[in-house]
Amino acid sequence: MSVSSIPSAQEIVRFAPEIALSLGGTFVMLGEAGLKNGSRARLAVMAFLTLLAAAVLAVFVAADPGTAFSNLLVVDGFSTFFRVLVCAAGMLVVLISTNYLRVEGHDSGEYYALILFSVAGQCLMAASNELIMLFIGLECSSIASYVLAGYLRDDRRNNEAALKYFLLGSFASAFFLYGVAWLWGALGTTNLSEVRRLLLDPSAGVDATMTAAAAALLLVGLAFKVSAAPFQMWAPDVYQGAPAPVAAFLSVGPKAAAFAMFLRILMTAFVPARGQWEPVLWTVALATMVIGNFAALHQTNVKRLLAYSSIAHAGYILVALTAMSDTGAAAAMFYLAAYTFMNIGAFAVVTYVAGRGERHVELMDFSGLSRRSPAMAAVLSIFLLSLTGVPLTAGFFGKFYIFKAALDADLVWLAVLGLLNSAVAAYYYLRIIVMMYMHEPSAGAGALPSPGVGIRWALAASVAGTFVLGVAPSLVLDFATASAPLLR
Amino acid sequence: MSENLLSIVLFTPLAGLLVLLFLPRENTKLIRWWANLTAAAGFLASLPLLLRFDRAADGYQFVEKREWIPSLGVSYFIGIDGISLLLVMLTTAMGLIAIFYSWDVIRTREKEYYAMFLLQQTGMIGVFVSLDFLLFYVFWELVLVPMYFIIGVWGGPRKLYAAIKFFLYTLAGGVLMLLGILTLYFQYAAQYGRYTFEITELMKLNLPLGMQQWVFWAFFLGFAIKVPMFPFHTWLPDAHTEAPTAGSVILAAVLLKMGTYGFIRFSLPLLPRASADQTIVTVLIVLSLIGILYGALVSLMQQDWKKLVAYSSVSHLGFCTLGIFALNEAGIAGSVIQQLNHGISTGMLFLIVGVIYERRHTRMIAEYGGLAHVMPNYAIVFAFAMLSSAGLPLLNGFVGEFTILQGAFQASKWWAALAVPGVVFGAAYLLWLYQRTMLGEVTNEKNKGLPDLSWREWAVFVPLMIWALTIGVYPKPYFEILEKPVAQIVHRVHQTSTAVAQADGTAREAISR
Repeated sequence: MSVSSIPSAQEIVRFAPEIALSLGGTFVMLGEAGLKNGSRARLAVMAFLTLLAAAVLAVFVAADPGTAFSNLLVVDGFSTFFRVLVCAAGMLVVLISTNYLRVEGHDSGEYYALILFSVAGQCLMAASNELIMLFIGLECSSIASYVLAGYLRDDRRNNEAALKYFLLGSFASAFFLYGVAWLWGALGTTNLSEVRRLLLDPSAGVDATMTAAAAALLLVGLAFKVSAAPFQMWAPDVYQGAPAPVAAFLSVGPKAAAFAMFLRILMTAFVPARGQWEPVLWTVALATMVIGNFAALHQTNVKRLLAYSSIAHAGYILVALTAMSDTGAAAAMFYLAAYTFMNIGAFAVVTYVAGRGERHVELMDFSGLSRRSPAMAAVLSIFLLSLTGVPLTAGFFGKFYIFKAALDADLVWLAVLGLLNSAVAAYYYLRIIVMMYMHEPSAGAGALPSPGVGIRWALAASVAGTFVLGVAPSLVLDFATASAPLLR
Repeated sequence: MSENLLSIVLFTPLAGLLVLLFLPRENTKLIRWWANLTAAAGFLASLPLLLRFDRAADGYQFVEKREWIPSLGVSYFIGIDGISLLLVMLTTAMGLIAIFYSWDVIRTREKEYYAMFLLQQTGMIGVFVSLDFLLFYVFWELVLVPMYFIIGVWGGPRKLYAAIKFFLYTLAGGVLMLLGILTLYFQYAAQYGRYTFEITELMKLNLPLGMQQWVFWAFFLGFAIKVPMFPFHTWLPDAHTEAPTAGSVILAAVLLKMGTYGFIRFSLPLLPRASADQTIVTVLIVLSLIGILYGALVSLMQQDWKKLVAYSSVSHLGFCTLGIFALNEAGIAGSVIQQLNHGISTGMLFLIVGVIYERRHTRMIAEYGGLAHVMPNYAIVFAFAMLSSAGLPLLNGFVGEFTILQGAFQASKWWAALAVPGVVFGAAYLLWLYQRTMLGEVTNEKNKGLPDLSWREWAVFVPLMIWALTIGVYPKPYFEILEKPVAQIVHRVHQTSTAVAQADGTAREAISR
């Protein structure tokens, strides 16, 4: 391996999206200090454009794939897919945040800067080919997220969410880092391709126990970040307590990036140890689906319900990971794209209905929404049906690919149990629809204000995404299928 | 244009729906007119199918095929044979009638109501025309959504329970069916080296009996819940009873037929050995017979008019599945005709209940009596519907039930003998219902002065009565339409299973030698 201390121009170009995001975040922060109160709206626009630019750059640099910085980063189809995805998630979240922050009286540049830094970390997670680099990306994304979760610092719920998220998240990061250290101790490398090579090489004399212990520690960290059982407890509390747009962000951006990282570690480094990973992943996937779905059945707070739902969805994606195959990786990628649209869309409507101070986040507050705001009720129904997995929405093909991949990998029982789980999930999504359409508005629930421009655009984009992926899934699936084998 | 005829039939309601979404919510008259026009256009568009259908041709007609998701081998592949033709015609006709009937009845949220009906029309037609298994599944699941809203928003007092039960039951059955579909898909890829969901291709599969049985049971769960077969029928009385009248009509007339159609189109031809397997046939026949008798007996005991009609569906659909698993020409043809008949007769019976419910807002049989004095025309129409459902000769019900019993008799005398009491009970609960509600003196003050049928209600009933009569008097064209496709299915089931039995026999001989 040629190690040069000075990165070449080509290598820097491959790092362009992260550079753009970091610079954008810095400028938004400076703008916060320099601009008058009246022109703060421009900061949101600036953040949005930065994310757009980063996504475009990610596509642009993908024309010349390869590694950068001594094989620490890799630009391939897989990293491009996730870079674009997390940037898109960031854009949607910026759109739904503007009005919310104004109403809450906390409209400031820091919020957008934190989103940009977090997305930068997520892009780095998507593109890293090395565990230390992954860890840096993870921390960059996580620390910004911790602050975001407690963004409304006068709000007690926010404080609780941020503290929980920070303490448990740091713990998980420590586990992950400890796993990296062990792996280094066992194999003498933190490069994922190297790990794979050593595991495949019988003459390398790999200490199997040490490696397994390291893998277990990595798994703990990853399971926490994707909110997989038994490390899912933080998610409901954090999603419920955090500001609604931040909950939307947490449920998608960091999660997608964590899954990118999970896939990269699993498919690039640990495929040779498939036999040991499979039973563990099998159990984790099933437990995650079951806990998420059955806990969601009893929720009365919509944010909390969506939190458990997002745990269940992590379970479905873990089914795809359990397959440990190219089709499984492609299915997980497609699912995350579908999930981004439908979940941010659902949270966007929740943000809107919640109103000032998020006083209306109980299930009861959605009763009769179809009368108070027919368009919002219709749009939320679309997202919920997509989360259920009804055909012609993105969620259907998402689930279809995952269970197809599971069957392809002979995981018949996991597929059966997963499918039954998805039928259970229909119940709690339908409960919200029942509230909106089949109950009258509660007394005193007045007309809702007209939604802001940002939310409208975010909803339009999410509905479009949900339907496009549901009717013409080939657009994304073919790309995912083509880039999944690059992980090996 | 003519090569896209089937697509036009399929997407007319959806196109109408898209326009409907942009109509102003307040202008309910415009919305009603538009929905009726769309439904009428859908029906008119389907008529050329009937006229241009070639009864003598083998295989599928009006076939259209385009790639949809090439990387998975999913295509937009549609076409019809005689069986699907009849069910498509039933769908477009009953859709028009149900939407037309709703004109005065539905006075809340008209826009959403008609949107759901139109979406449902496309979904149901899609189920009957899909020749790609995944496309079929997409339509199959899609149908759940509008019916869920129709029951849940415009339904009766226990609508929430009924709607959710309907959705969850059928969804659970559906996902397991999906596993069966995927199994065939992977088996095909293993044998032929490419991925496809086309049923014409999947029929070429040569699967061991054990695997066919597994897949059969997976399909069974999906289809049997939809039919519904005993013991999966419990969602039906709730859904039927709580749905608004037009919803019950569509549910009974068309939606249940998706299950029986699934057996005929997919289970039998794709899994011929499992379908002819002795254990499976016995289980299916026994469940059908239980459904026939149990449904009829429970109907006898109902206090609720609409629930009685709902349970009678369990009994009638038992005849349909009995015919299918008699696995001969008479049984299957009779089953398809009976599916059509059940659509017409039970559709009429639900409309009958709807008409009186609009006037009195109660469905309890005890509230009525002597209505024939107050509403003579209504009594005549009801008598007609009742006799058609009970299977009086010269009316449609007779043709179907008789042919099914003939088929069952050919297969086993016992099956026919056990099914016959179902016919008797069927006459009993209907006649008793008629007697309790229509005949005698008017005992309830509230029933005096009820208006007789309006012109709109006449307009709903007359076409159905004519249709029932023509099938009863001259069923020949229907049998002709069904002859080819039914013969093909029967041939396929018997040929494959006997071929295998012979192969087994020769193998055993070889071993014993």
